[in-house]
Amino acid sequence: MDLFIQLTLTGLTNGAILALAALGFVLIYKSSDVINFAQGEFLLIGAYIIYAMIAQFGLHWSLGMTLTIVAAVALGVLVERLVLRPMIGEPIISVIMVTIGLSSLLRAIIFTIWGNLPKAFPSFIPSEPVNILGATIGEDRLWAIVIAIAMLALFTFFFRRSKEGIAMRAVADDQQAALSMGISVKKIFAWAWSIAAATAAIGGALLANIVGVSGDVAHFGLRVFPVVILGGLDSIPGAIIGGIIIGLLEQYTGGYIGQGLNQVLPFVVLIIILMVRPYGLFGQEIIERV
Amino acid sequence: MISGIFHSSYEKDMALRRSHAQKIRIVIVIIVMLIFPFLANRYYLTLANQVGIAIIGAIGLNILVGYTGQISLGQGGFMAVGAYTAGILTANMGMPWWASTIAACFMTALVGTIFGIPSLRLKGLYLAIATLAAQVIILWVVTHWEALTGGVDALVVPNPMLFGIRLNTDFNFYWITWGLVVIVTIATVNLFRTHFGRAFIAIRDQDIAASVMGVDLFKYKLLAFAVSSFLVGLAGALTAHYRSIVTWERFTVDVSVTYLAMIIIGGLGSVTGSYLGASFMTLLPVVLTNLGRAVKTSFPIIDSIIPFIQQGMFGLVIILFLILEPEGLNKIWKNIKDYFRLWPFSY
Repeated sequence: MDLFIQLTLTGLTNGAILALAALGFVLIYKSSDVINFAQGEFLLIGAYIIYAMIAQFGLHWSLGMTLTIVAAVALGVLVERLVLRPMIGEPIISVIMVTIGLSSLLRAIIFTIWGNLPKAFPSFIPSEPVNILGATIGEDRLWAIVIAIAMLALFTFFFRRSKEGIAMRAVADDQQAALSMGISVKKIFAWAWSIAAATAAIGGALLANIVGVSGDVAHFGLRVFPVVILGGLDSIPGAIIGGIIIGLLEQYTGGYIGQGLNQVLPFVVLIIILMVRPYGLFGQEIIERV
Repeated sequence: MISGIFHSSYEKDMALRRSHAQKIRIVIVIIVMLIFPFLANRYYLTLANQVGIAIIGAIGLNILVGYTGQISLGQGGFMAVGAYTAGILTANMGMPWWASTIAACFMTALVGTIFGIPSLRLKGLYLAIATLAAQVIILWVVTHWEALTGGVDALVVPNPMLFGIRLNTDFNFYWITWGLVVIVTIATVNLFRTHFGRAFIAIRDQDIAASVMGVDLFKYKLLAFAVSSFLVGLAGALTAHYRSIVTWERFTVDVSVTYLAMIIIGGLGSVTGSYLGASFMTLLPVVLTNLGRAVKTSFPIIDSIIPFIQQGMFGLVIILFLILEPEGLNKIWKNIKDYFRLWPFSY
């Protein structure tokens, strides 16, 4: 029973971090139909910039976090303007490939500046173990759940109530119709990329706190795929719930069956979901059948 | 005044080599290929073998992605199937290298077809993600099925023998690699003159229209996966026999991405493009390393960041090609030819 609670708690927190990474992914797909293979590198950039701010420049964490988010927003706008905008109207394979190229380039830039050796990160969120129902878990991991829930609430509010959020949904639905309603599609794309980069930066900072700063953070980019396919590529609640399901699944298989099965099972689930229900649990059913 | 190449009969239009210049070029290429190994040193022969294997893999991927329009991120996994099948059959069961290579091709074709089944329901983005999952699953099986593959340990494969000669030098292996490159090229070019190849292209251009015209999507999509994986498996098996060692690190998702980059930079749906792209992507890191070594004395720092420069250039080249010349090197090559053919009145 103790093992079960331990696995559940770890799974929930891992899931929350996966969900944070998936949020930015879904946001970009929702507004511009682009699959961002560089999402893991966005996390990496968040982790390294916060590392630079706190450990190298010695700033207070609140100031450091603000500056990290500002830098991430700037990066998002830059990437959208320079790389993605020329790709509008190009075939899917080009769009996929350009984000893969971007991920390679971003990773190279990060490693050129900071080197690829793991760094010790001065935790700014307390990481002392907390005892819950007989299971122990780091406090920073609990914060991951809180932040994921806060982000979910924020995004839901943003998409339901704010003018920009509604405009973003309009663009996702039909770009031409949105244009004729006076919405600047270019501006919306820039919004989407900067918000996605900022979310990833927050996720990256959390990850830096929990697992440390190293190139491994980018592996989360690959692990996001089962999450978003399970939840539905265009669904924000789907990203959160998908993240938690995959997080729990990984922990249960790792804890009860073992043998590294937890690394591959999410991808088996992915293929099954794609075969049975390609739009995921909460996604819109518009997938084209062949 | 020539303004283009026009044909007055169907036979001429279907001919493999339509113009005089093409015939001369092919003769020059063959002569260069035949005398190259006698002039080049060991270093260049190594590169030639690597390029040859990459060309076979790139042509295989191009049949699937460029000609049939099914995006695949599973190349590395399929190459692993080919390499491990060939390696295990030769190293553990003592099969001759050529037999294990043929077995590897069929094995990879089978695995490729199985993972191609989702393509019947999925396309574009979703298929790309499904093949990415295939890559992860295959590599996981390879590293965890220790009884068969040796897990994460390297599998040692004995050198291939041909007519009593041990093919353990780059010079000897060159003839195998490039002989197969020639065979694969002729087969692929001719494939797209048959109704199978035409069906593949029809599926790429408009799958519903193809279906209306009587192309059985189920059959031809799986066939495209099978043919493509067959060649990818050949590239994998050659890697195993050439390196005499098989490790899983050679078949990660990065390999899938590199091959996809080859055919995009070379030109989708073109055999010439596969040649150009495979050569370009194989030689780019080599050239960068040599450049780095050359300037090492004046900039000592460059030595430690060469791997990152290679990675960064890889990304940058992909981005720049997609933005500036989406049709790739093949288009640039065509433009150069057109420029000279129409000179001085190009329009």
